[in-house]
Amino acid sequence: MAPPAQSQKIPPPSQPSGKGEVSDLKLQLRQLAGSRAPGTDDLKRDLFKKVISYMTIGIDVSSLFSEMVMCSATSDIVLKKMCYLYVGNYAKGNPDLALLTINFLQRDCKDEDPMIRGLALRSLCSLRVKNLVEYLIGPLGSGLKDSSSYVRMVAAIGVLKLYHISATTCIESEFPATLKTLMLHDPDAQVVANCLSSLQEILSMEVSEEASKERETLLSKPIVYNLLNRIKEFSEWAQCLVLDLVSKYIPSDNNEIFDMMNLLEDRLQHANGAVVLATIKLFLHLTMLMTDVHQQVYERIKAPLLTLVSSGSPEQSYAVLGHLHLLVMRAPMLFSSDYKHFYCQYGQPSYVKKLKLEMLTAVANESNTYEIVTELSEYAANVDVAIARESIRAVGKIALQQYDVNAIVDRLLQFLEMEKDYVTAETLVLIKDLLRKYPQWSHDCIAVVGNISSRNIQEPKGKAALIWMLGEYSQDMLDAPYTLESLIDNWDEEHSAEVRLHLLTAVVKCFFKRPPETQKALGAALTAGLADSHQDVHDRALFYYRLLQYDVAVAERVVNPPKQAVSVFADTQSSEIKDRIFDEFNSFSVLYQQPSYMFTDKEHRGPFEFSEETANLSIGVESADNGIPSQRFEATDNDLLLSTSEKEENRGPSTNDSSAYSAPDYAAHSQQEMGLPTLPSNVQQFGFAIDDLLGLGPPVAALPPPLKLNSKAVLDPANFQRKWGQLATALSKDCSLTPHGVASLTTPQALLHHMQGHSIQCIASGGQPPNLRFFFFAQIADEPQSTSSFFLVKCDINTSSAKAQIVVRADDQSKSDAFSSLFESALLKLGTP
Amino acid sequence: NLDGVNYIHVKVAGLLFVATTRVNVSPSLVLELLQRIARVIKDYLGVLNEDSLRKNFVLVYELLDEVIDFGYPQTTSTEALKSYVFNEPIVADTARLPPLGPAAMFMQGSKRMPGTAVTKSVVATDPGGRKREEIFVDIIEKISVTFSSSGYILMSEIDGTIQMKSYLTGNPEIRLALNEDLSIGRTGGSVYDYKSSTGGGLVILDDCNFHESVHLDSFDLDRTLSLVPPDGEFPVMNYRMTQEFKPPFRINALIEEAGHFKAEVILKIRADFSPTITANTIQVHMPLPKYTARVSFELDPGAVGNTTDFKESTKKLEWSLRKIVGGSEHTLRAKLTFSQESHSNIMKEAGPVSMTFTIPMYNASRLQVRYLQIAKKSKTSNPYRWVRYVTHANSYVARL
Repeated sequence: MAPPAQSQKIPPPSQPSGKGEVSDLKLQLRQLAGSRAPGTDDLKRDLFKKVISYMTIGIDVSSLFSEMVMCSATSDIVLKKMCYLYVGNYAKGNPDLALLTINFLQRDCKDEDPMIRGLALRSLCSLRVKNLVEYLIGPLGSGLKDSSSYVRMVAAIGVLKLYHISATTCIESEFPATLKTLMLHDPDAQVVANCLSSLQEILSMEVSEEASKERETLLSKPIVYNLLNRIKEFSEWAQCLVLDLVSKYIPSDNNEIFDMMNLLEDRLQHANGAVVLATIKLFLHLTMLMTDVHQQVYERIKAPLLTLVSSGSPEQSYAVLGHLHLLVMRAPMLFSSDYKHFYCQYGQPSYVKKLKLEMLTAVANESNTYEIVTELSEYAANVDVAIARESIRAVGKIALQQYDVNAIVDRLLQFLEMEKDYVTAETLVLIKDLLRKYPQWSHDCIAVVGNISSRNIQEPKGKAALIWMLGEYSQDMLDAPYTLESLIDNWDEEHSAEVRLHLLTAVVKCFFKRPPETQKALGAALTAGLADSHQDVHDRALFYYRLLQYDVAVAERVVNPPKQAVSVFADTQSSEIKDRIFDEFNSFSVLYQQPSYMFTDKEHRGPFEFSEETANLSIGVESADNGIPSQRFEATDNDLLLSTSEKEENRGPSTNDSSAYSAPDYAAHSQQEMGLPTLPSNVQQFGFAIDDLLGLGPPVAALPPPLKLNSKAVLDPANFQRKWGQLATALSKDCSLTPHGVASLTTPQALLHHMQGHSIQCIASGGQPPNLRFFFFAQIADEPQSTSSFFLVKCDINTSSAKAQIVVRADDQSKSDAFSSLFESALLKLGTP
Repeated sequence: NLDGVNYIHVKVAGLLFVATTRVNVSPSLVLELLQRIARVIKDYLGVLNEDSLRKNFVLVYELLDEVIDFGYPQTTSTEALKSYVFNEPIVADTARLPPLGPAAMFMQGSKRMPGTAVTKSVVATDPGGRKREEIFVDIIEKISVTFSSSGYILMSEIDGTIQMKSYLTGNPEIRLALNEDLSIGRTGGSVYDYKSSTGGGLVILDDCNFHESVHLDSFDLDRTLSLVPPDGEFPVMNYRMTQEFKPPFRINALIEEAGHFKAEVILKIRADFSPTITANTIQVHMPLPKYTARVSFELDPGAVGNTTDFKESTKKLEWSLRKIVGGSEHTLRAKLTFSQESHSNIMKEAGPVSMTFTIPMYNASRLQVRYLQIAKKSKTSNPYRWVRYVTHANSYVARL
């Protein structure tokens, strides 16, 4: 959509240094304008070049406009091109002068040479002057019918340019219709591609009823097939365009899917990464509902992707790796044997290395952990500090994922012996996290950690981690009280509030375990804390002080409760966002790991995404519901454990601290409530009410009208897929299953039958225990068939944690809450006879 | 990279090519496009550097105009562009370029041609009048090997490309035959084991991809690629293999403590290839402990073309050799003096040894071009055909 770079620049006001030269040029041009002497062209060329070079460096040469136009009456094509370039750049700023050029541009549009015709037409369309639009229509119309494919090509894009200057003129002249016929019948592939891109963009900007209908037809079978059958004639860029279009097409049955995949399979061997990725996107989308084929697709695309990673420039491999990362997250098993491909290479830039480290963490499993961790340990000694840090973190992450931690803990302890301060700091943070998950290793770790002098650690994070361990395991560390005491002595030199907070907590903990030794330190710490200028530190000191004053036993229960090992760490991204990103495969979303609505303006969102209104709606809801938490997760990413640990410690009376942490949550909730007026305040109660309804109970006044589902709803897979793609998510929520339900979920069929009993039909299911995925649909019963309102549900069930996540998309968004409660209650009844 | 606007850039030959967009487009599409634009410009200008770009900006504008129209890529083939672009390139004064030997050329651009072809623009006709009919086929392999401290190969990988640069008139069809025993894709572990035990000649590529002009009709039968080469430079085929191969160099690194303030590093490099081949511009790097103060070097007696250096700022030992003849062995002894007492383990403090080199006429994968056939239209001219093999080190690392 961006116009070519050079015409985008707005030249700054002319610099004084350029002025004299510009007027000099003006004079020279004027002299040449009339002359017909041989050799003038060469002179002109030189002058034109000079003018353009001034233009490039930002000197305003628009004062030369009339002279330039006068000189351009020439048959020399090089001169013409330079002149067009100049005109294209300055016409917008000088609409009156642009009128001068219309004449000769129009004449050139009728030239014998197709090249000149094309050029003139392109320049004509690039003038971007609104009141000259009338002159455009004639040449464009004839351009679209030109005998030369070059001119047609230019004209097709010209229509789009016209649309951006004046949308109404473009539509009124019925150019879109012409484009469409041209797209289907033109023998030249590039013309077809340009028609397609113009059409796509025009239709996506139009909001009218008609346009959305047109959009549908663009995705119709004949058009898609027409394009696919010619795919090899297209240039590689046009191929990407076509593939992208086709990925939105929904084939009617499986045979069609296989035909398409066979036809396109050789595209995977293309040298252009963009083509390969576009093909992969298409394949993945086609097979979305066919679980086993989907797996085969993963297998198939693995090798081409790996080749792309290693054959291109580092920038390209970064882009491809980003996509691989997404795939690895979805199917870690698939790549677990190829982990060696993700080893870092010596000369690679660090952004590639960083991504590779993430991949290594993702693919690690029981069989390859040892090798991967060995490799990562090598990187820890790397000269590149950033990478060394990352790899230590990667080791830690792997440890948190795995059951066999023994070896990894040893590795981490070895890092401590390297005596590089950044290594030590990172390692300490990791050890702290590990101990929270695996308290059984505490003795081994404490022995080593105890030897570390806190003076060697400069980084706040590392220091805080060390202090936390000192407090937590003070009973095992002989000199813990004394170490803490010396740290408190240097209270004023400690700049990080985080460290001071941890210090306070640690001293209090230590006090409960070894009162006599710590009493002095505690006093000093509380005094220092109360005098602290940082609000949080001050508050916490005060809180401890009063708590101790109130009752020491209560204080102990608050500060030092028996702790349970943390089993699951918060996931950084909701699965809804991940799915969204996956839907936007082969785009920036993947690299930023954010869905597109988080980083693009509304009007620039790709064509065909949603119809305009639903897009607005879904974005409104989702940004309230997903955006905030995810940002919060990002911000706290590394502190996550830290913050939860603080919450845990301060659970008793609510403190500043914990409420600060959960504040965004409340905000998110309230926003959600505002966005969805029908959201019941108490889901549970509501669910029961609905049950009553079904059980012939009279409707409660406050509730929306009863929701009855059609027990014989029919929806074929293709339609389901289409609807799923079109509709925006009405709501998504997590709910839990009863133990009975989980027990009866030994086969997916159990759930299917059960839900059928509640008039909810299943259309597809897949996955392996403990992770199951179902797609359901249901239909409102009392509505006439024609406007039948469907609910589509994606339900992910994790049998081990007895949790389910449901995503509802509905034709009638207002009823989705009622439906989801219904669905949830049906789910809860699973397993109860 | 963000601000409502996405900035995407590619660095080629020290120049940044930047694209901006507000739309959520495919990043690889943009990157490929930028890369391609850089290549087209290079095809036209002969050399790609700041100077040549500055001199030819009008031509570059013209090219960009044709390549991209209103943000949609149109055509990027040098050949198709030729008919639309009229400005003639002003060839940058090549004499003023730093005089690089042909070998150094490889090091820099990795895809450059020797001699005159390097700077020859596709459209410029030779001053001598008739255009020389030439075609270059380069098989360029980048190898990555990681040795463990015991000299065992931890990881090895070859990324190869067959590059073609054609100056043929009339675009004749070309047939390029590769090894007959070439196979693509692992057909199972058993084949792999069989091969390595016999050391046989089978060449197994993990995967490969091809340029769009390549027809693979007879590839399955006799490993022949037929193609109509477009003008300019392009990769015919990219391939990747992880099959075991004989690494061209063996690196042995030893570090020994000699007292509290001293240590000795011994680096040994053995060239494991035939004596008829010579590797050039070899560089060996090794990070040393932070507290290293001085280093004194001791080379083999009679060593020529060797330079050694200790970079104070990065604490790196650098050893460069102009050439290594196959089969020979070179040793470097370096005595380190520390500014403080070395504690614990120096092995942990000194980094892995990494090495860069170029070996012309050698390829580790044993992928061969059997013949290069040009379907001739006229019998009078016999175009020059050049087939070359080059192996670069991509990441050649030995751990301590």
